[in-house]
Amino acid sequence: MRYEAPGTTKEAAALLEKEKGSVHVLAGGTDLIVRMRLGLVEPDLIVDIKHIPTMQAITASASGTRIGAAVCNARLGENKALKKAWPGVVEAANLIGSDQVQSRSTIAGNLCNASPAADSVPALIAAGAKAIVVSKNKRRTVAVEKIVSGPGQTSLARGEVVEAITLPKRPARSGDAYLRLTPRTEMDIAVVGAGVSLTLERGVVKTARVALGAVAPTAILVPAAARAIIGTKLDDAALDKLAAACSAKCDPITDKRGTIEYRTKVAGVLGKRAAKIAFQRAGGVL
Amino acid sequence: MGHDSTYTNQKFKVVGTRVNRPDGVDKVTGRAKYGADAYAPGQLVGLFLRSPHAHAKIKKIDVSKAEKLDGVKAIITSADLPDLTGDDRDLTDILENCMARGRALYDGHAVAAVAAIDMQTAKKALKLIKISYQKLPHVTDVDQAMEPGAPIIHDFVRDRKTGKPSNVCKISQFGHGDVEAGFAEADVIIEKTFKTEQTHQGYIEPHACLANISSDNTGELWVTTQGHFGFRSTCAELLGMDVAKLKVTSSEIGGGFGGKTHVWIEPIALALSRKANRPVKVVMSRDEVFRASGPTSATSIDVKIGAKKDGTITGATADLRYTNGAFPGFWAMLGSMISFACYDIKHVKSIGYDVIVNRPKVAAYRAPSAPMPAFAIESVMDLIAAELKMKPIELRIKNAAKEGTRASYGPTYGPIGIGPTLDAAKNHPHMRARLKKNQGRGVACGFWFNFGGQTCVDLNIGIDGSVNLIVGTVDVGGSRASLALIAAEELGIPYEQVRANVGDTASLGHNDMTDGSRGTFSSGMATIFAARNAITVLRERAAKTWDIPLESVIWKEGAARATGKGNSNRPPLSLKELAASAPNTGGPIAGHNEVVADNAGVSFASHICDVEVDPETGVTKVIRYTVIQDAGKAVHPDYVEGQLQGGAAQGIGWALNEEYVYGDDGCLQNPGFLDYRIPVCSDLPFIDTQILEIPNPDHPYGIRGVGETSIVPPLAAIGNAVSNAVGVRMNHTPMSPIRILKAIEDSKA
Repeated sequence: MRYEAPGTTKEAAALLEKEKGSVHVLAGGTDLIVRMRLGLVEPDLIVDIKHIPTMQAITASASGTRIGAAVCNARLGENKALKKAWPGVVEAANLIGSDQVQSRSTIAGNLCNASPAADSVPALIAAGAKAIVVSKNKRRTVAVEKIVSGPGQTSLARGEVVEAITLPKRPARSGDAYLRLTPRTEMDIAVVGAGVSLTLERGVVKTARVALGAVAPTAILVPAAARAIIGTKLDDAALDKLAAACSAKCDPITDKRGTIEYRTKVAGVLGKRAAKIAFQRAGGVL
Repeated sequence: MGHDSTYTNQKFKVVGTRVNRPDGVDKVTGRAKYGADAYAPGQLVGLFLRSPHAHAKIKKIDVSKAEKLDGVKAIITSADLPDLTGDDRDLTDILENCMARGRALYDGHAVAAVAAIDMQTAKKALKLIKISYQKLPHVTDVDQAMEPGAPIIHDFVRDRKTGKPSNVCKISQFGHGDVEAGFAEADVIIEKTFKTEQTHQGYIEPHACLANISSDNTGELWVTTQGHFGFRSTCAELLGMDVAKLKVTSSEIGGGFGGKTHVWIEPIALALSRKANRPVKVVMSRDEVFRASGPTSATSIDVKIGAKKDGTITGATADLRYTNGAFPGFWAMLGSMISFACYDIKHVKSIGYDVIVNRPKVAAYRAPSAPMPAFAIESVMDLIAAELKMKPIELRIKNAAKEGTRASYGPTYGPIGIGPTLDAAKNHPHMRARLKKNQGRGVACGFWFNFGGQTCVDLNIGIDGSVNLIVGTVDVGGSRASLALIAAEELGIPYEQVRANVGDTASLGHNDMTDGSRGTFSSGMATIFAARNAITVLRERAAKTWDIPLESVIWKEGAARATGKGNSNRPPLSLKELAASAPNTGGPIAGHNEVVADNAGVSFASHICDVEVDPETGVTKVIRYTVIQDAGKAVHPDYVEGQLQGGAAQGIGWALNEEYVYGDDGCLQNPGFLDYRIPVCSDLPFIDTQILEIPNPDHPYGIRGVGETSIVPPLAAIGNAVSNAVGVRMNHTPMSPIRILKAIEDSKA
């Protein structure tokens, strides 16, 4: 096994493209190293991205916020501006693991690990986040929901690496929220996750995005759930429609963590509850 | 010298105080040495190859490629382990559990082991071992394993009546009276079936040892264990060694809860060391701990209780089916003994079925076998109370066993704590606290036998008068502090003057394991007697110094004092002074005692629990929890409270989220702490405790074991609380959000 710690994104991409054997990008390593210890993966090359300065930066601009792929989740929680603009994204990222895990794990890593139950992904999808994907000769911007293609699989081509996640500029009277269901209060994996982001105009939901985790092979955007609340003041009827839309979009499995019936029902419950929190964060009155 | 163990109601000076434990600083600073912390020059890494199948014939094991790998020093399969167990079937089973012999009996069953110069080489070697398996039909569910036509796991296990092969290895019955007559007297009868899933002790420290056998067939074993003497005998017997030639040292222990009373890796580590002629260190991974060590039984239990309108229970029965894992055990037998131990019932019967399944061999887990029948019976008690419109606590108080009650498992009780803990529960402020929406309160009782057993200690007085107490019971819960308190109490010296250590197997006679909550009870008794023996020696030395008869010397407040005519002017001789003059008065001063500590004194507890259930998700939060338990005498109240809290915490985990999940292939799907959910701190409220002290008449200080009973009531207390919160009666643990939401939905349908 070879370990490389390049100083630029281009170098990282070149290393990833050149290697003929199995390659893995190391961000926080909170998934990769565990998988290596369990003998599930045996990389020929590990490319550590933590030494790439652009990947370690959180930068705000007129178009929004850019979070480097190697920024650990604890830093998101410490960034007041980010927490104010995207409390749902930050709370989702900060739900992952323990304090120790928080000081290593990253949202880009959470995305590229491609678990259907990843906590930050539904929140990022709801937020309309995008991934900046870099290869040796190309740079492209991809909606986060297009990155994961199945459990453990991404749409990234060989030689591509995620350099950053971007969040759009936040209009006034916006709010987001993420809720997950875990049997334990902490140190657990979502049985269901729900992220909602919305913007209000005169107390009415003007735009909304609703995303669910752990109820399908990938985290999913649920446009019908968003439509159910757009134009409403989040009255009970709208919330029930949102819940029904969430449950209808579920395509879960029964496994050691939950049943199809449970996930389908609770997706609606959490969707509703997350929408209420996002609504209140946007200044809405219930 | 013979000593009387009768309780004397003496007044204590240091016993009952909350002193710092001697192992505390090293544990919080990381200096304490656990199982994996030993090192020997030239040590090898030992690793196991384990079966990926639930049940399979091992057709061939080819180790030739692995043996040729550079750095591999020894490979062991069952072919390297001759069966020296004679006709001791239990020992044969231990041997076969440590290493499969012709068949893999569960997912994770060891089939080969390697010792190599480093971890990488050992891992490589495991991959080079080629095993040809022939899969066999498997069964993991207890009820399915009892059905006709179920896959048979051991041909030697036979049905008692038909003589045909069966998975039921033991049927046990306890009780008295005529239960049919009892039910005929009843105004109300409730009958219900319960299931509990298999749980693991979840000790944070995995099994680990360093084995070192010399070419002259003497050896040493450093190991994390609850009983190094027991480990020594088992390993020595399996390997054909004299016990005196195998020195076993117990490391600090990072939790055992019963799971470290059984050998798993140790005999194989010794065999690897013997074959490689090098020290071999083995540390289990968490995956191995779950798949191949220590779970408790999964159970299926039918309970029937009948009562009169006034609440008097007239008859009760329980049928209890327990998984034993892949080898015969006696877990349902224990369950059937425990079932109705809390109550005074005229007509009572319980029948236990011990059932073999393709799961890891069941091990003791804190009050082994007791929480499951408590879940079933204490749930039915609440159903009876509801039917009779009685308060659940009043129904329990009415039927509580008391001194003179004939226990359902046979003996007649002496002074016991079930009534007093129930009265304390009834009067506890917790019982009057107001509940909010979706919150419910549950009460439940529990019992554990406790155990005494073989014990010996040495008490050596140092040249400066400080005291070394050497005990043979591994300290799993603060017993060194408690035992040092007892020695200090007897000697009349400050606690700080005593240092308690756990001796290795070469330094003391045989001591039974630290199980059955016996550590402080039995080593406490031996410590009292050893200290009294030392005091006799000290008095002799003083008598010699003063040249007066022994009878004229008493020991009081840490010093020998001359009594009688003409002696009152002599200044006392302190322990320090007598220690300093020892070279001239007869040499080192010590006290020794060996004892079979009998009559451990049964233990009872009553728990109160408040939960809040989210009716839309089934998530349960424990919002308040109170443990009330009889300790006999709390030698060190902090560690008694710690035991009460720890047991309750484990019981809460068992009740709500912990379970072994098996796939259709019979393989364990959640062998790790991510999906085997023991509670984390934020899952638990502060667990309140109330210690009652009802002296054990057969211990000089009145001590009873306290370590286990606290895990018995929580399953039922939570089940009852959930029922009171959202109106659904749970009959299956763990009461996970998924099961609770389903019960809520089903109750609406």
